Amino acid sequence: MRVIVRIPTPLRKLTADQDSVPADGASLSECITSLEASYPGLKERLCDESGEIRRFVNIYVNGEDVRFLQGLATTLKDSDEVSIVPAVAGGGRKAWP
Amino acid sequence: MAVTVYIPAPFRRLTGNRSYVEGHGQTVADLLEDLKTRYPTLGHMLQNEAGELPAHINIYVNNHEIHSLQGTTTPLKDGDEVAVLPAIAGGQLLTPEQTQRYDRQIMIPQVGPAGQRKLLDAKVLIVGAGGLGSPAAVYLAAAGVGTLGIVDNDKLDLSNLQRQILHHTPDVGRPKVESAQETIARYNPDVRVIPHKMRLTSANATDVIAQYDMVVGAVDNFATRYLLNDACYLAGKPYIDGAVFLFEGQAAVFIPGRGCYRCLFPVPPPTGVVPNPSEVGLLGALPGVIGVIEAFETLKLILGLGEPLSGRLLIFDALTMEFRQVKTRRDPHCPLCGDAPTIRELGDYEASSSSPPAAQHTDEEDAA
Repeated sequence: MRVIVRIPTPLRKLTADQDSVPADGASLSECITSLEASYPGLKERLCDESGEIRRFVNIYVNGEDVRFLQGLATTLKDSDEVSIVPAVAGGGRKAWP
Repeated sequence: MAVTVYIPAPFRRLTGNRSYVEGHGQTVADLLEDLKTRYPTLGHMLQNEAGELPAHINIYVNNHEIHSLQGTTTPLKDGDEVAVLPAIAGGQLLTPEQTQRYDRQIMIPQVGPAGQRKLLDAKVLIVGAGGLGSPAAVYLAAAGVGTLGIVDNDKLDLSNLQRQILHHTPDVGRPKVESAQETIARYNPDVRVIPHKMRLTSANATDVIAQYDMVVGAVDNFATRYLLNDACYLAGKPYIDGAVFLFEGQAAVFIPGRGCYRCLFPVPPPTGVVPNPSEVGLLGALPGVIGVIEAFETLKLILGLGEPLSGRLLIFDALTMEFRQVKTRRDPHCPLCGDAPTIRELGDYEASSSSPPAAQHTDEEDAA
Protein backbone atom coordinates (compact mmCIF):
# COMPACT_ATOMS: atom_id res chain seq x y z
CA MET A 1 0.00 0.00 0.00
CA ARG A 2 1.34 3.39 -0.90
CA VAL A 3 0.30 6.16 1.48
CA ILE A 4 1.08 9.84 1.93
CA VAL A 5 2.56 10.89 5.25
CA ARG A 6 2.13 14.47 6.44
CA ILE A 7 5.26 15.61 8.25
CA PRO A 8 4.92 18.34 10.91
CA THR A 9 7.30 21.27 10.94
CA PRO A 10 9.51 20.02 13.81
CA LEU A 11 10.36 16.83 11.89
CA ARG A 12 10.98 18.30 8.47
CA LYS A 13 14.71 18.53 9.01
CA LEU A 14 14.66 14.72 8.75
CA THR A 15 12.74 14.75 5.46
CA ALA A 16 14.79 17.37 3.62
CA ASP A 17 12.10 19.96 4.41
CA GLN A 18 9.37 18.01 2.66
CA ASP A 19 5.95 18.51 4.22
CA SER A 20 4.64 15.22 2.90
CA VAL A 21 6.42 12.06 1.85
CA PRO A 22 5.29 8.72 0.41
CA ALA A 23 5.59 5.52 2.42
CA ASP A 24 4.59 1.89 2.05
CA GLY A 25 2.93 -0.61 4.30
CA ALA A 26 -0.23 -2.60 4.93
CA SER A 27 -0.29 -1.32 8.52
CA LEU A 28 0.83 1.79 10.36
CA SER A 29 3.66 -0.23 11.86
CA GLU A 30 4.95 -1.18 8.40
CA CYS A 31 4.50 2.37 7.25
CA ILE A 32 6.77 3.63 10.05
CA THR A 33 9.39 1.01 9.18
CA SER A 34 9.25 2.22 5.59
CA LEU A 35 9.60 5.83 6.72
CA GLU A 36 12.63 4.97 8.83
CA ALA A 37 14.29 3.29 5.84
CA SER A 38 13.87 6.44 3.75
CA TYR A 39 14.40 8.98 6.53
CA PRO A 40 16.60 7.53 9.25
CA GLY A 41 15.88 8.92 12.71
CA LEU A 42 12.17 9.43 12.13
CA LYS A 43 11.07 6.28 13.93
CA GLU A 44 12.66 7.20 17.25
CA ARG A 45 10.86 10.53 17.15
CA LEU A 46 7.55 8.70 16.81
CA CYS A 47 8.08 5.60 18.91
CA ASP A 48 9.60 4.91 22.31
CA GLU A 49 12.14 2.18 23.19
CA SER A 50 9.43 -0.46 23.39
CA GLY A 51 8.24 0.45 19.90
CA GLU A 52 4.97 2.05 21.02
CA ILE A 53 3.85 5.44 19.70
CA ARG A 54 5.10 8.15 22.02
CA ARG A 55 2.26 9.50 24.14
CA PHE A 56 2.83 13.13 23.18
CA VAL A 57 2.72 12.32 19.46
CA ASN A 58 -0.56 11.70 17.69
CA ILE A 59 -0.81 9.82 14.42
CA TYR A 60 -3.96 10.06 12.34
CA VAL A 61 -5.10 7.94 9.42
CA ASN A 62 -7.48 9.92 7.24
CA GLY A 63 -8.05 12.31 10.13
CA GLU A 64 -8.83 9.61 12.73
CA ASP A 65 -6.56 9.27 15.76
CA VAL A 66 -5.03 5.76 15.62
CA ARG A 67 -5.40 5.54 19.42
CA PHE A 68 -9.11 5.18 18.69
CA LEU A 69 -8.45 2.77 15.80
CA GLN A 70 -5.99 -0.14 16.18
CA GLY A 71 -2.86 1.82 17.05
CA LEU A 72 0.21 0.56 15.19
CA ALA A 73 -1.87 -2.33 13.83
CA THR A 74 -4.23 0.07 12.03
CA THR A 75 -4.50 -1.14 8.45
CA LEU A 76 -3.71 1.14 5.55
CA LYS A 77 -4.94 1.17 2.00
CA ASP A 78 -3.63 2.89 -1.08
CA SER A 79 -3.62 6.70 -0.95
CA ASP A 80 -4.54 6.88 2.73
CA GLU A 81 -3.29 10.03 4.41
CA VAL A 82 -1.21 9.51 7.53
CA SER A 83 -0.72 12.67 9.62
CA ILE A 84 1.85 13.05 12.36
CA VAL A 85 0.74 15.73 14.84
CA PRO A 86 2.89 16.65 17.82
CA ALA A 87 1.68 18.62 20.81
CA VAL A 88 2.86 22.19 20.26
CA ALA A 89 3.72 24.37 23.23
CA GLY A 90 3.54 27.65 21.40
CA GLY A 91 6.01 30.42 21.69
CA GLY A 92 8.32 29.14 19.03
CA ARG A 93 10.30 26.98 21.42
CA LYS A 94 11.54 23.51 20.70
CA ALA A 95 9.10 20.99 22.03
CA TRP A 96 10.29 17.72 20.61
CA PRO A 97 12.93 15.49 22.12
CA MET B 1 -41.88 23.49 22.78
CA ALA B 2 -38.44 23.60 24.38
CA VAL B 3 -36.50 26.75 23.62
CA THR B 4 -33.25 28.26 24.84
CA VAL B 5 -33.56 31.57 26.63
CA TYR B 6 -30.62 33.95 26.69
CA ILE B 7 -30.38 35.81 29.98
CA PRO B 8 -28.41 39.08 29.88
CA ALA B 9 -25.79 39.87 32.50
CA PRO B 10 -27.98 42.19 34.65
CA PHE B 11 -30.54 39.39 35.15
CA ARG B 12 -28.21 36.48 35.71
CA ARG B 13 -28.25 36.76 39.48
CA LEU B 14 -31.92 35.80 39.12
CA THR B 15 -31.13 32.60 37.20
CA GLY B 16 -28.31 31.20 39.30
CA ASN B 17 -25.72 33.01 37.15
CA ARG B 18 -26.69 31.05 34.06
CA SER B 19 -26.55 32.88 30.74
CA TYR B 20 -28.85 30.36 29.06
CA VAL B 21 -31.85 28.61 30.57
CA GLU B 22 -34.36 26.25 29.03
CA GLY B 23 -37.91 27.45 28.65
CA HIS B 24 -41.19 26.02 27.39
CA GLY B 25 -44.28 27.34 25.69
CA GLN B 26 -46.26 27.44 22.45
CA THR B 27 -45.96 31.22 22.30
CA VAL B 28 -43.84 33.96 23.80
CA ALA B 29 -46.62 34.64 26.33
CA ASP B 30 -46.56 30.98 27.43
CA LEU B 31 -42.80 31.13 27.74
CA LEU B 32 -42.95 34.23 29.92
CA GLU B 33 -45.42 32.48 32.22
CA ASP B 34 -43.11 29.47 32.36
CA LEU B 35 -40.15 31.67 33.27
CA LYS B 36 -42.18 33.51 35.93
CA THR B 37 -43.09 30.19 37.53
CA ARG B 38 -39.58 28.83 37.57
CA TYR B 39 -37.70 32.07 38.23
CA PRO B 40 -40.09 34.19 40.31
CA THR B 41 -37.63 37.03 40.83
CA LEU B 42 -36.94 37.16 37.10
CA GLY B 43 -40.71 37.11 36.65
CA HIS B 44 -40.98 40.38 38.57
CA MET B 45 -38.74 42.01 35.99
CA LEU B 46 -40.86 40.67 33.13
CA GLN B 47 -44.18 42.23 34.09
CA ASN B 48 -45.45 45.62 35.22
CA GLU B 49 -48.27 46.37 37.66
CA ALA B 50 -50.78 45.52 34.96
CA GLY B 51 -49.12 42.13 34.48
CA GLU B 52 -47.88 43.10 31.02
CA LEU B 53 -44.42 43.01 29.55
CA PRO B 54 -42.75 46.31 30.54
CA ALA B 55 -41.90 48.63 27.67
CA HIS B 56 -38.20 48.59 28.49
CA ILE B 57 -37.90 44.82 28.06
CA ASN B 58 -37.31 43.64 24.53
CA ILE B 59 -37.89 40.02 23.58
CA TYR B 60 -36.13 38.56 20.58
CA VAL B 61 -37.00 35.27 18.90
CA ASN B 62 -34.13 34.04 16.76
CA ASN B 63 -32.76 37.59 16.71
CA HIS B 64 -36.05 39.18 15.63
CA GLU B 65 -37.71 41.59 18.04
CA ILE B 66 -41.21 40.27 18.73
CA HIS B 67 -42.93 43.53 17.78
CA SER B 68 -41.73 42.84 14.23
CA LEU B 69 -43.29 39.35 14.56
CA GLN B 70 -46.61 38.76 16.37
CA GLY B 71 -45.83 40.30 19.75
CA THR B 72 -46.36 38.03 22.73
CA THR B 73 -48.49 35.72 20.59
CA THR B 74 -45.45 34.92 18.43
CA PRO B 75 -45.39 31.12 18.14
CA LEU B 76 -42.32 29.19 19.27
CA LYS B 77 -40.91 25.98 17.94
CA ASP B 78 -38.41 23.52 19.37
CA GLY B 79 -34.86 24.82 19.33
CA ASP B 80 -35.78 28.50 18.99
CA GLU B 81 -33.56 30.94 20.80
CA VAL B 82 -35.29 33.62 22.79
CA ALA B 83 -33.41 36.59 24.26
CA VAL B 84 -34.84 38.71 27.06
CA LEU B 85 -33.06 42.05 26.90
CA PRO B 86 -33.63 45.15 29.01
CA ALA B 87 -33.22 48.41 27.15
CA ILE B 88 -30.68 50.86 28.41
CA ALA B 89 -31.51 54.53 28.96
CA GLY B 90 -33.35 55.87 25.96
CA GLY B 91 -35.25 52.67 25.39
CA GLN B 92 -32.67 51.02 23.18
CA LEU B 93 -30.44 47.99 23.58
CA LEU B 94 -27.48 49.99 22.38
CA THR B 95 -26.46 53.61 22.57
CA PRO B 96 -26.48 55.56 19.30
CA GLU B 97 -22.69 55.47 19.35
CA GLN B 98 -22.70 51.71 19.79
CA THR B 99 -25.21 51.31 16.99
CA GLN B 100 -22.85 53.22 14.73
CA ARG B 101 -19.62 51.63 15.99
CA TYR B 102 -20.87 48.07 15.53
CA ASP B 103 -22.99 48.78 12.43
CA ARG B 104 -21.05 46.37 10.18
CA GLN B 105 -21.68 43.43 12.50
CA ILE B 106 -25.16 44.42 13.67
CA MET B 107 -26.24 44.25 10.01
CA ILE B 108 -25.40 40.54 9.99
CA PRO B 109 -28.81 38.87 10.44
CA GLN B 110 -27.41 36.31 12.91
CA VAL B 111 -25.93 39.08 15.06
CA GLY B 112 -28.29 42.04 15.10
CA PRO B 113 -28.74 44.31 18.14
CA ALA B 114 -29.45 41.31 20.37
CA GLY B 115 -26.18 39.64 19.36
CA GLN B 116 -24.31 42.87 19.96
CA ARG B 117 -25.84 43.02 23.42
CA LYS B 118 -24.56 39.46 24.03
CA LEU B 119 -21.07 40.55 23.02
CA LEU B 120 -21.21 43.57 25.31
CA ASP B 121 -22.39 41.36 28.18
CA ALA B 122 -19.74 38.67 27.59
CA LYS B 123 -16.75 38.17 29.85
CA VAL B 124 -13.72 36.56 28.27
CA LEU B 125 -10.40 35.75 29.92
CA ILE B 126 -7.31 35.89 27.72
CA VAL B 127 -4.33 34.15 29.25
CA GLY B 128 -1.17 35.63 27.76
CA ALA B 129 -0.78 39.09 26.22
CA GLY B 130 1.81 37.95 23.69
CA GLY B 131 1.82 36.84 20.07
CA LEU B 132 -1.48 34.94 20.23
CA GLY B 133 -3.19 36.98 22.94
CA SER B 134 -2.54 40.30 21.21
CA PRO B 135 -4.49 39.70 18.00
CA ALA B 136 -7.17 37.80 19.91
CA ALA B 137 -7.62 40.69 22.34
CA VAL B 138 -7.63 43.35 19.62
CA TYR B 139 -10.40 41.68 17.62
CA LEU B 140 -12.48 40.78 20.67
CA ALA B 141 -12.18 44.35 21.92
CA ALA B 142 -13.01 45.85 18.55
CA ALA B 143 -16.10 43.63 18.31
CA GLY B 144 -17.27 44.98 21.65
CA VAL B 145 -16.77 42.02 23.96
CA GLY B 146 -17.64 43.93 27.09
CA THR B 147 -15.25 42.48 29.63
CA LEU B 148 -11.78 41.23 28.80
CA GLY B 149 -9.59 39.81 31.53
CA ILE B 150 -5.91 39.69 30.63
CA VAL B 151 -3.47 37.50 32.51
CA ASP B 152 0.22 38.21 32.06
CA ASN B 153 3.06 38.58 34.51
CA ASP B 154 5.73 39.88 32.16
CA LYS B 155 7.20 43.21 31.26
CA LEU B 156 7.46 44.15 27.61
CA ASP B 157 10.77 43.40 25.91
CA LEU B 158 11.86 45.06 22.68
CA SER B 159 12.00 41.62 21.03
CA ASN B 160 8.28 41.10 21.75
CA LEU B 161 7.16 43.90 19.43
CA GLN B 162 7.79 41.88 16.27
CA ARG B 163 4.52 40.01 17.00
CA GLN B 164 2.79 41.35 20.10
CA ILE B 165 0.58 44.02 18.60
CA LEU B 166 -1.12 44.96 21.87
CA HIS B 167 2.03 46.87 22.80
CA HIS B 168 4.03 49.74 21.36
CA THR B 169 7.65 50.82 21.35
CA PRO B 170 7.35 53.31 24.24
CA ASP B 171 5.92 50.48 26.37
CA VAL B 172 9.21 48.56 26.56
CA GLY B 173 9.89 47.75 30.21
CA ARG B 174 6.28 48.23 31.31
CA PRO B 175 4.03 45.43 32.53
CA LYS B 176 2.23 44.00 29.51
CA VAL B 177 -1.15 44.07 31.24
CA GLU B 178 -0.80 47.86 31.55
CA SER B 179 0.07 48.51 27.93
CA ALA B 180 -2.60 46.01 26.88
CA GLN B 181 -5.21 47.87 28.88
CA GLU B 182 -4.22 51.20 27.31
CA THR B 183 -4.18 49.83 23.78
CA ILE B 184 -7.60 48.26 24.19
CA ALA B 185 -9.04 51.48 25.68
CA ARG B 186 -7.89 53.32 22.55
CA TYR B 187 -9.48 50.73 20.29
CA ASN B 188 -12.75 50.65 22.13
CA PRO B 189 -13.77 52.45 25.32
CA ASP B 190 -16.81 50.14 25.63
CA VAL B 191 -14.53 47.38 26.83
CA ARG B 192 -13.75 46.94 30.50
CA VAL B 193 -10.28 45.43 30.81
CA ILE B 194 -9.46 43.57 34.00
CA PRO B 195 -5.68 43.23 34.26
CA HIS B 196 -4.42 40.20 36.14
CA LYS B 197 -0.71 40.81 36.60
CA MET B 198 0.13 37.37 37.82
CA ARG B 199 1.33 33.99 36.79
CA LEU B 200 -1.60 31.62 36.62
CA THR B 201 -1.12 28.73 39.07
CA SER B 202 -3.21 25.95 40.59
CA ALA B 203 -3.68 28.22 43.60
CA ASN B 204 -5.27 31.14 41.73
CA ALA B 205 -6.61 29.76 38.43
CA THR B 206 -10.01 28.65 39.75
CA ASP B 207 -10.82 32.03 41.29
CA VAL B 208 -9.74 33.97 38.21
CA ILE B 209 -11.58 31.74 35.72
CA ALA B 210 -14.77 31.83 37.80
CA GLN B 211 -15.20 35.50 36.85
CA TYR B 212 -15.47 34.75 33.12
CA ASP B 213 -17.73 32.96 30.63
CA MET B 214 -14.90 31.35 28.65
CA VAL B 215 -11.12 31.30 28.40
CA VAL B 216 -8.77 31.99 25.49
CA GLY B 217 -5.45 30.21 25.96
CA ALA B 218 -2.58 32.19 24.46
CA VAL B 219 0.30 30.59 26.29
CA ASP B 220 3.67 29.26 25.23
CA ASN B 221 4.18 26.36 27.60
CA PHE B 222 2.57 23.06 28.43
CA ALA B 223 2.33 23.63 32.20
CA THR B 224 -0.06 26.56 31.82
CA ARG B 225 -1.93 24.87 28.97
CA TYR B 226 -2.70 21.74 31.02
CA LEU B 227 -3.58 23.95 34.00
CA LEU B 228 -6.02 25.97 31.88
CA ASN B 229 -7.49 22.84 30.34
CA ASP B 230 -8.14 21.30 33.75
CA ALA B 231 -9.37 24.48 35.41
CA CYS B 232 -11.78 25.23 32.55
CA TYR B 233 -13.16 21.70 32.51
CA LEU B 234 -13.65 21.68 36.29
CA ALA B 235 -15.35 25.10 36.08
CA GLY B 236 -17.51 23.98 33.15
CA LYS B 237 -16.22 26.75 30.86
CA PRO B 238 -15.21 26.49 27.21
CA TYR B 239 -11.45 26.64 26.58
CA ILE B 240 -10.19 28.03 23.28
CA ASP B 241 -6.62 26.92 22.62
CA GLY B 242 -3.98 28.00 20.14
CA ALA B 243 -0.31 27.20 19.65
CA VAL B 244 2.39 27.98 17.12
CA PHE B 245 5.72 26.49 16.13
CA LEU B 246 7.98 27.96 13.46
CA PHE B 247 5.66 27.93 10.41
CA GLU B 248 2.85 25.83 11.84
CA GLY B 249 -0.08 26.55 14.09
CA GLN B 250 -2.81 24.62 15.89
CA ALA B 251 -6.17 25.70 17.22
CA ALA B 252 -9.01 23.87 18.96
CA VAL B 253 -12.01 24.56 21.15
CA PHE B 254 -12.68 22.33 24.14
CA ILE B 255 -16.24 22.34 25.41
CA PRO B 256 -16.66 20.51 28.72
CA GLY B 257 -18.01 17.00 28.14
CA ARG B 258 -16.91 16.90 24.50
CA GLY B 259 -13.26 16.06 25.04
CA CYS B 260 -10.38 18.09 26.43
CA TYR B 261 -6.75 18.82 25.64
CA ARG B 262 -5.76 15.75 27.68
CA CYS B 263 -7.96 13.60 25.43
CA LEU B 264 -6.01 14.99 22.48
CA PHE B 265 -2.54 14.89 24.02
CA PRO B 266 -2.55 12.73 27.17
CA VAL B 267 0.89 13.89 28.22
CA PRO B 268 3.19 16.75 27.22
CA PRO B 269 6.63 16.03 25.80
CA PRO B 270 8.86 15.05 28.73
CA THR B 271 10.79 17.61 30.71
CA GLY B 272 14.50 17.91 30.25
CA VAL B 273 14.84 15.66 27.22
CA VAL B 274 16.21 18.67 25.42
CA PRO B 275 18.89 20.01 27.75
CA ASN B 276 18.80 23.54 26.49
CA PRO B 277 15.58 24.44 24.70
CA SER B 278 16.26 27.23 22.30
CA GLU B 279 14.03 29.71 20.64
CA VAL B 280 13.07 28.52 17.21
CA GLY B 281 11.67 31.81 16.08
CA LEU B 282 8.67 32.74 14.03
CA LEU B 283 7.16 35.48 11.94
CA GLY B 284 4.58 37.45 13.89
CA ALA B 285 1.90 36.90 11.28
CA LEU B 286 1.73 33.21 12.28
CA PRO B 287 0.45 33.78 15.83
CA GLY B 288 -1.57 36.54 14.19
CA VAL B 289 -3.48 33.97 12.13
CA ILE B 290 -3.97 31.57 15.04
CA GLY B 291 -4.86 34.30 17.55
CA VAL B 292 -7.49 35.67 15.17
CA ILE B 293 -8.93 32.16 14.75
CA GLU B 294 -9.17 31.96 18.55
CA ALA B 295 -10.96 35.32 18.55
CA PHE B 296 -13.40 34.16 15.87
CA GLU B 297 -14.18 30.96 17.77
CA THR B 298 -14.79 33.04 20.89
CA LEU B 299 -17.20 35.33 19.01
CA LYS B 300 -18.99 32.26 17.61
CA LEU B 301 -19.43 30.78 21.07
CA ILE B 302 -20.77 34.06 22.49
CA LEU B 303 -23.16 34.55 19.58
CA GLY B 304 -24.11 30.88 19.21
CA LEU B 305 -23.03 31.02 15.57
CA GLY B 306 -22.09 28.10 13.34
CA GLU B 307 -20.11 25.07 14.41
CA PRO B 308 -17.44 25.55 17.04
CA LEU B 309 -13.94 24.24 16.30
CA SER B 310 -14.69 21.44 18.73
CA GLY B 311 -14.14 17.73 18.14
CA ARG B 312 -11.34 18.60 15.76
CA LEU B 313 -7.88 20.08 15.78
CA LEU B 314 -7.13 22.69 13.14
CA ILE B 315 -3.60 22.56 11.76
CA PHE B 316 -2.29 25.50 9.76
CA ASP B 317 0.86 25.23 7.65
CA ALA B 318 1.92 28.72 6.67
CA LEU B 319 4.48 27.53 4.11
CA THR B 320 1.99 25.58 2.03
CA MET B 321 -0.87 27.84 3.22
CA GLU B 322 -2.91 24.76 3.99
CA PHE B 323 -5.49 24.32 6.70
CA ARG B 324 -6.15 20.72 7.70
CA GLN B 325 -8.23 19.16 10.42
CA VAL B 326 -7.96 15.94 12.37
CA LYS B 327 -10.69 14.56 14.58
CA THR B 328 -10.52 14.79 18.33
CA ARG B 329 -12.85 13.07 20.71
CA ARG B 330 -13.54 12.54 24.37
CA ASP B 331 -11.32 9.72 25.60
CA PRO B 332 -13.20 7.44 28.02
CA HIS B 333 -9.82 6.84 29.71
CA CYS B 334 -9.07 10.55 30.13
CA PRO B 335 -8.01 11.22 33.73
CA LEU B 336 -9.89 14.54 33.66
CA CYS B 337 -13.07 14.08 31.63
CA GLY B 338 -13.16 10.30 31.10
CA ASP B 339 -15.51 7.75 32.62
CA ALA B 340 -13.44 7.25 35.79
CA PRO B 341 -11.69 10.58 36.32
CA THR B 342 -8.79 10.80 38.76
CA ILE B 343 -8.18 14.55 38.43
CA ARG B 344 -10.76 16.28 40.63
CA GLU B 345 -8.80 19.36 41.55
CA LEU B 346 -5.87 21.30 40.16
CA GLY B 347 -2.52 19.69 40.85
CA ASP B 348 1.16 20.27 40.16
CA TYR B 349 1.73 21.43 36.62
CA GLU B 350 5.33 22.58 36.72
CA ALA B 351 6.48 18.96 36.76
CA SER B 352 4.87 18.43 33.39
CA SER B 353 6.23 21.55 31.76
CA SER B 354 8.14 21.08 28.57
CA SER B 355 10.85 23.49 29.56
CA PRO B 356 13.16 22.93 32.50
CA PRO B 357 12.85 25.75 35.05
CA ALA B 358 16.22 27.19 34.07
CA ALA B 359 14.97 27.78 30.56
CA GLN B 360 11.79 29.52 31.63
CA HIS B 361 12.85 33.07 31.17
CA THR B 362 10.58 36.05 31.51
CA ASP B 363 8.35 34.98 28.66
CA GLU B 364 6.52 32.25 30.48
CA GLU B 365 3.03 33.37 29.68
CA ASP B 366 3.75 35.41 26.66
CA ALA B 367 2.54 33.37 23.84
CA ALA B 368 4.57 33.04 20.81
